[in-house]
Amino acid sequence: MNYTIHFSQVVEYIPYLIGGAWISLQVAFLAFCGGMVIGLFGAMAKTFGGRMTRMVVDAYVSFITNTPQLVQIYFLYFALPEVGILMNSYQAVLLGMTLNAGGYLTEIQRAGFLSVRQSELEAAETLGMNLMQKVRYVILPHIMKVLFPSLSNLYILMTLGTSMAAIFGLEELTGRALNINAETFRSIEVFSLTALLYIVVTVVASLLLLAVGRVFFRVKGKVF
Amino acid sequence: MKYLSIDQCDAFYGDQKVLECVSLDVDKGDVVSLIGPSGSGKSTLLRVLVGLNQPTSGRILLEGEAIDYKNRRSLKKARERFAIVFQQYNLFQNMTVLKNVTVAPVKIQGRPKKEVEAEAVLLLEKVGLGEKLKSYPDELSGGQQQRVAIARSLALKPEILLLDEVTSALDPELVTEVLDTIRLLAKEGRTMIIVSHEMGFVLEVSSKIAFMDAGRIIEVGEPRKILEQPDTDRAREFMGKILRH
Amino acid sequence: MWERIAEELPRFFTYYNVIFFLKAMFTTFLLSLVGCLLGSVMGGVLAVIKITKSNLLRPLRIAAVVYVEFFRRIPFLVTLLLIFFVFQALGLEVSVFTVAVVSVWIIATAFIAEIVRSGLEAVPKTQWEAAEVLNFNLRQTLKMVILPQAWKVILPPAFSFFVLFIKDTALASQIGVVELTYSAKVLNNKGFSAALAFGFVLLLYYTISYPLTKFGTWMEKKIEIS
Ligand SMILES: Nc1ncnc2c1ncn2[C@@H]1O[C@H](COP(=O)(O)OP(=O)(O)OP(=O)(O)O)[C@@H](O)[C@H]1O
Ligand SMILES: [Mg+2]
Repeated sequence: MNYTIHFSQVVEYIPYLIGGAWISLQVAFLAFCGGMVIGLFGAMAKTFGGRMTRMVVDAYVSFITNTPQLVQIYFLYFALPEVGILMNSYQAVLLGMTLNAGGYLTEIQRAGFLSVRQSELEAAETLGMNLMQKVRYVILPHIMKVLFPSLSNLYILMTLGTSMAAIFGLEELTGRALNINAETFRSIEVFSLTALLYIVVTVVASLLLLAVGRVFFRVKGKVF
Repeated sequence: MKYLSIDQCDAFYGDQKVLECVSLDVDKGDVVSLIGPSGSGKSTLLRVLVGLNQPTSGRILLEGEAIDYKNRRSLKKARERFAIVFQQYNLFQNMTVLKNVTVAPVKIQGRPKKEVEAEAVLLLEKVGLGEKLKSYPDELSGGQQQRVAIARSLALKPEILLLDEVTSALDPELVTEVLDTIRLLAKEGRTMIIVSHEMGFVLEVSSKIAFMDAGRIIEVGEPRKILEQPDTDRAREFMGKILRH
Repeated sequence: MWERIAEELPRFFTYYNVIFFLKAMFTTFLLSLVGCLLGSVMGGVLAVIKITKSNLLRPLRIAAVVYVEFFRRIPFLVTLLLIFFVFQALGLEVSVFTVAVVSVWIIATAFIAEIVRSGLEAVPKTQWEAAEVLNFNLRQTLKMVILPQAWKVILPPAFSFFVLFIKDTALASQIGVVELTYSAKVLNNKGFSAALAFGFVLLLYYTISYPLTKFGTWMEKKIEIS
């Protein structure tokens, strides 16, 4: 073995990598928000929709959850141009991640819908609440309490999933790591540092989510 | 030298002190009953004896030798001499009744399987479960499980038997049956520490009664004395309530 | 697009291409399977280390916790690249398939350790205590009392993790493992329509994943009833 570990050469790139981590978080956040919207419609369609609507949503969810995200994005990026839909890599990645998140979030949110018990709604009825009040004071708090752990979990997984964007040339954390690697050839140092940054970023995100869950949704959870 | 001696033991659950300076002597062949209100620490005291809760201070001596609960070998040796029947039976859910009774003597004590099984069948017949050898715990009623747990502890041939409210889940008919078994064991001279709310039985079978409250042993003595003329107000109040039932 | 696909279809489904795809599909399946099986063994060991209590094992316990927490927070792609370069630096001549299997193994270990640990903890504490006072040692307790009860809780999520990772192994194409995703890229580079190449591979992933997912839910129900 003639490889010696030298972190000194990559230390100067740390701010550059941290900038990449920030982009990763943004990509994950955008895709997550988009996915939440898709998921909300999906979940409503599955709960209240007719047979055809439900079948379409089921097919979508089944397709998304049974195929790899990477190949889904490949398809968007390489195959859609064949029918004249052109996207740059950033758009393809973001759209791919959003559609993917939408599939998982449909399932998660539907579980939340199902968990609102009739009795609670009736209780709200007897208190004389109108629809908006019911949603605001009964349904949403309840759904969030039930869903928050799975949502947090998915968000963390999605943050890790953004590393896939590097394959399409995005300069988020992994993309920037590849750049540094090409410049310095200190592969082990670069990628272990990158791994460490992912750990730090997701731990911080977990802690923030935990705090949000505790304060707003009365969720008891643990980071570790 | 006392046979078993609990010497000023403290025990905690988290920050909560659940045993405070508990001392109790037990002679060989003694049947000591622990009585007292719910939450007073009776179960905890039994758990401390078998090392499930470690005493934070004080000592427990078996024939003059202190059990070192931090030392695996010492604890193992002590556990070979005790057997405990838990308040919630704690039968192994994945084993049949027969297996529950034989597993420790065969696998841990290394006794011959044939011999242990023959004994186990006798024991189970004695507690009225001869028909249930092949059943699993979740197919039995609470009282039946309780009796399997008793058989399991007896199969270990322990020197000291710890029984935690073994009659609480039984219907009256079975209570008599189980109490008869315990009576028999007492006559055979087995050392026992019993937690029980059956005051009549306690009076009859015990050689000594300890009254516990809030983690302390408040009074110890002759059964009749403790039950009928306790010294402390707290014990008097408790007996008053119990006997009025 | 449709005309192009129709025109390419006969050339796409030649004997050699079909064999190529089948092999790639097998590689995809094998990557996840072998990695997860190895990961189950290591994960089991880590889970057991985590539930020990002796002071002597404390360093090991901390190491296990750190391992589990860290490797669940590193993207699979980064692990792949890191392991790839570590093997290179060590001068070990191993196939990219081996690199990928080792990477799956490392990640699977961390996730399965958590699954096993929560399975072990799902067995009531009283069962552990009953075994303890009967002088069972840890090995005996696990083998005779805990695992016979915990496997029902462990198997379904462990199996879904395996199915999940079949899809994640698509990333192994990045270090040159000839699995399904890689095979689609090869055919796309040969000039076949991307819609055809990637579409077909999506379909193949679906035919692996969908039945396994269904089997997983069936198994879970079956176990629940028994
Ligand atoms: N697992 C536990 N965790 C925390 N505290 C406990 C636990 N078990 C018991 N305690 C506390 O320890 C104290 C003594 O409990 P213990 O079970 O010894 O009472 P007990 O005298 O056996 O009562 P009972 O007659 O209801 O069985 C109680 O205050 C109880 O709240
Ligand atoms: Mg008790």
